[in-house]
Amino acid sequence: MTKTLTIALMDPPYETETTTTAFRLIDAALRKGHKVNVFAYEGAVNLTMADQAPHPNPVKGTSAEEEDHPTTKDWVAAMFQAYPGKLDWVNCGLCVDERGAGNVIEGAQRGAPKQFAEWSEASDATLVIPAK
Amino acid sequence: MAKKVLSIVESAYRATVEEQDDTILWMNHILKNAGLDITLVLRSNAVNYAVKGQDASGLTFGKLKVSHPPKLDKDLESLLEAGVPVYYVREDAEERGIPQKQLIDGIKAVSAKELPSMLDGFDSIWHW
Repeated sequence: MTKTLTIALMDPPYETETTTTAFRLIDAALRKGHKVNVFAYEGAVNLTMADQAPHPNPVKGTSAEEEDHPTTKDWVAAMFQAYPGKLDWVNCGLCVDERGAGNVIEGAQRGAPKQFAEWSEASDATLVIPAK
Repeated sequence: MAKKVLSIVESAYRATVEEQDDTILWMNHILKNAGLDITLVLRSNAVNYAVKGQDASGLTFGKLKVSHPPKLDKDLESLLEAGVPVYYVREDAEERGIPQKQLIDGIKAVSAKELPSMLDGFDSIWHW
């Protein structure tokens, strides 16, 4: 039976292992056919920034192509593509404004904590993954 | 003469899958290449970086595979090859049940008791 899960994220990209763990949970739920709502709060609004770019690695001497460095926006985009209609992603608008993070990938929406409240009311479970 | 820097890495596994490495090990390698005299100490959870044969492969989001998972043991070996002495705090490994034989070759143990006198041999101590 399909369930709806709402997840609040706070961590920015490239800082903690939390983001990878959260993405694994999101992908696992979507893979099983569940619906997932993500409310990105504070630094997590940077996860979907469209201007993220892979870079070379001067320690290993690899080019950007050889390094094939992941970006969180590509991970989110891959989940939008693989599970159409199953993932909703809202970035906190005030958090976006204070970071100048308004240029986001297709599918990520601008919203407010009110959206998180409404999703929580309508979801089977809500998981908060805060920054530490 | 280059300043002697002791770089102590304590916080481990910070975005290592996203970065495909540990950003602090990476920066220490860059700083060594830039001419700094760096020595590395792994303590607390970071002692696990020295365990041989770690495998973080197989992760996929949607249909997008993570093509280059982190290889932290190999990154430490690369630091050793670059001339960076690498130590780990013996008690921190023992508390975690990590025996010496599971660690990469070339890494040296330092006991918690020996660590304060070790600090005296450096101009700067950086605690990450």
